[in-house]
Amino acid sequence: MKRDFLTMADTPIELIESLLERADFMKQKIASGNKSLDILKGKSMVTLFYENSTRTRCSFEDAGKYLGAKVVSISPSGSSVKKGESLIDTAVTLDKMMTDVIVIRHSIAGAPAIIAKHTKASVVNGGDGMHAHPTQALLDMYTMRERFGQIKGLEVAIIGDVKHSRVAQSNMVGLSKMGAKVKVFAPNTLLPKGIENQPCKVCKNVEEAFKGSDVIMGLRIQLERQQKGLFPSIEEYNHFYGVSMERMAMANKGAIVMHPGPANRGIEVDCDVLDSEMCLKDEQVTNGVATRMALLEWVTGSRG
Amino acid sequence: MSILIKNVTVNNQQCDIAIKGNRVEKIAKNIGGKYDEVIDGDKLTALPAFIDMHTHLREPGYEYKEDIESGSRAAVAGGFSTVCCMPNTKPVTDNKYIVKYIVDRAKEVNLAKVYPIGAITVGLKGEMMAEMGKMKEAGAIAMSDDGQPVSTAQMMRLALEYAKDYDLLLCSHCEEKSLINEGVVNEGENATKAGLKGIPSAAEDIMIARDIILAEMLDTKVHICHVSTASGVQLIREAKARGVKVSCETCPHYIAGTDELILDYNTFSKVNPPMRTEKDRQAILAGLADGTIDVIATDHAPHSLEDKNVEYNYAANGISGLESAFALSYTYLVDKGVITLDKLVELMSKRPAELLGLEAGKLEEGGLADITLVDLNKKYAIDAKSFKSKGKNTPFDGWTVKGKVVKTIVEGQIKY
Repeated sequence: MKRDFLTMADTPIELIESLLERADFMKQKIASGNKSLDILKGKSMVTLFYENSTRTRCSFEDAGKYLGAKVVSISPSGSSVKKGESLIDTAVTLDKMMTDVIVIRHSIAGAPAIIAKHTKASVVNGGDGMHAHPTQALLDMYTMRERFGQIKGLEVAIIGDVKHSRVAQSNMVGLSKMGAKVKVFAPNTLLPKGIENQPCKVCKNVEEAFKGSDVIMGLRIQLERQQKGLFPSIEEYNHFYGVSMERMAMANKGAIVMHPGPANRGIEVDCDVLDSEMCLKDEQVTNGVATRMALLEWVTGSRG
Repeated sequence: MSILIKNVTVNNQQCDIAIKGNRVEKIAKNIGGKYDEVIDGDKLTALPAFIDMHTHLREPGYEYKEDIESGSRAAVAGGFSTVCCMPNTKPVTDNKYIVKYIVDRAKEVNLAKVYPIGAITVGLKGEMMAEMGKMKEAGAIAMSDDGQPVSTAQMMRLALEYAKDYDLLLCSHCEEKSLINEGVVNEGENATKAGLKGIPSAAEDIMIARDIILAEMLDTKVHICHVSTASGVQLIREAKARGVKVSCETCPHYIAGTDELILDYNTFSKVNPPMRTEKDRQAILAGLADGTIDVIATDHAPHSLEDKNVEYNYAANGISGLESAFALSYTYLVDKGVITLDKLVELMSKRPAELLGLEAGKLEEGGLADITLVDLNKKYAIDAKSFKSKGKNTPFDGWTVKGKVVKTIVEGQIKY
C-alpha cells in the first residue's frame, strides 16, 4: 500500500518517533557537507503549490534533491485553477507521469486528502487551509527534542492566531500525542470554535501562557485579519499578546522561542527576542530539511 | 382509466382502493368489478402522495444539473405527486413568462404536478419586488428568493405586506450574510478539526427571528425554509405559541445527518444551511414531534459531478434529495419511534397541501387519486447511481434504510 502523510491525527506515535530519529542521521549528512545521497535515486517528486510559499517549498525541494530524487515544481495560479484544470485532473495527470511523491500545498482544507484518493503516488501535505501542516509539526517536534532530549513532559504555549493556523492545529495534535502539554493563548476572535475539546488548554491571561512553559511558539499574524476587524490594532495585539523579553522571564529557565516563519518582527515576537539565543527560528529551518528528508524516505518506502 | 389496488394497507387496515379517472372512487374490502389495471397491494401501504414544497428543478438554465423531465421522474420515483420548484433558474423565475414556461413544460412531461415558486425580488437580488401578482396568475404557487436571503428588513417587510393582498406564501431562506463570512460548513468542533470555515447557527437564527418579528408586526404569514438549528426551532416554537402565523420546514438531511459527515471532505455533504451538530439534529426531531415543524421538504438540489468533484470551498451547495427523502424520514423518524407514520404523512403530504392551498394530501373517497404505495418493511441501501435525477450528489449513498416507494399514482395515472 502506498504511504501518504496527510495529518498528525492519523500518524502513529511510533512513526513520529522513528522519523525524528532518522532525521538525526539526515541532519548529520547535511552538516557533513555531503548532500548527495542516493536514497531516492530514480524517484521523482513534484511540489504542487496552489498557495505561495518560499520556505516550505524550498525545504521540500532541497530535501528531495539531497536524497537524489528528480524534483519538479508546479505552481498553478489561483485563477487558472478555477477556470481550467480541476484539482483531481491535475493530480491524475501527474500520477500518470509516474510521479512517486506529490507534495501539495493548498489554501483549502482537504485538498491533499482529495488528491490522495485519486492517485497512486504518495501524497505529502505541505499545508492545507486551516487544517493541517504536519511536516511543520514534525520539524518543530524535532527542534524541541534536539534541545530538551525528549518531548514528553514539555509545556508548550502556542500564542497568536490559533484560529487560522494549520501549524497550531498540527502541533497541538502531534505534541499531545508525544506527551507534551499544549497551551494556547489568543484573543477570542482568533480562537476556533470547539477549541475547548481540542488537545490543549486555553490560557486566560499572559501569566498562564508563559509560566511553566518550556517552549513559546509565536504564530504569524496575517495583517489582513486586523483589517477584517478580528482585533483592533497591531499595537494593541502586541501589547497584550506579543512575546517580549519581560514575558519570557516568566517562562521556565532555558525556555525557547519558536516561530514557523516568516515572523512579523516586533508584532507577534519582539525583535530582541527574535534575535536572541533563545529563539530557534533559524534552527527550525535547517531541521525542516532534515525531517522532510526522513519523511520522503519513509513515504517512498525506501526504508522500513 | 380505472385502477384497483387490492389488499393494500390503508390506515392500518387491509382493503382495496378503487380509482376512477383522477379520483378515489371507493376504499373498502373486497371491491369487485372491472378495472383497467389491478395492482396487488399485498404487503404494501397506501399513503397520500408526498408534496415537496422545496425542489430545485434547474430548468431553465442549468439543464446539465437537472431538467423538468428528469426532476419530475425523480419526484415520482420518490413518491411525490407534486413538487414546487424554486426560482433560482437562469434566467431567474421572476416573471410570468418563465413561470408559464415551467408550467407548460411540466404538462408536456406529464409526470409529477409541478408548481413554480416565483422570486420575491427581481433577479433574487433583494432590491426590487418582482411581479408577484402576475406570477401568481401565471401559475406560481408561492414566492421565495431561495438560495439568497432577502437581505434588508425593509425589502422583506414590503414583500410580506404586498404578498398579503394576493394571499401568497413567502418562503424565506434565512441567512444573515455578514455572519456567513466565507463559511462552508457548520461552525464548531468538526469545522475546526477539518480546518474548514464555519457558519454559525446565529446566521440562520437572526433571520428567522427577523422574519418572525416582521410577520408578527404585519399580522401575516411567513414560511421559514430548511430549518437546521436547535435555536431556530425554539424561536419558531415560541412564536407559534404566541400566535404568529409562521410555518416552517426541515429537510431529510437535517433529520439523518450531522456535521460529522464533513470530516472526510466528501463535498456531497456540503449544503446550505450546513448540517449541524447532534444537538441540533435532536432538536429538529423534537420540533417534528411536537408540531413546531410543519413540513418535511427535500431542498432537492441536484448538481453535476463537475460541480462537486472539486475542493470543498469551491463545491456547489446541495443534496439530491427527492429519491431518498421518504426512506430517510421513515427510517430516522418512524422506525426509530420519534413519530408515527400518520404524523410523517402529515409532514410530507397533508401540511404542505394546506400551506399551499392544494387539494391533495389526503387519501379518501372522492379525493384526488394521488397515492404512493410503499413497502415499509423493505430494508435496502440507498444507491445514488440508480437515481432518476441527474444529480447523484448525496452523502447518504450506501446508507441502509427502511421503507421503499414502490408505486406512485398521480391523479389516477400510474407514473412510477
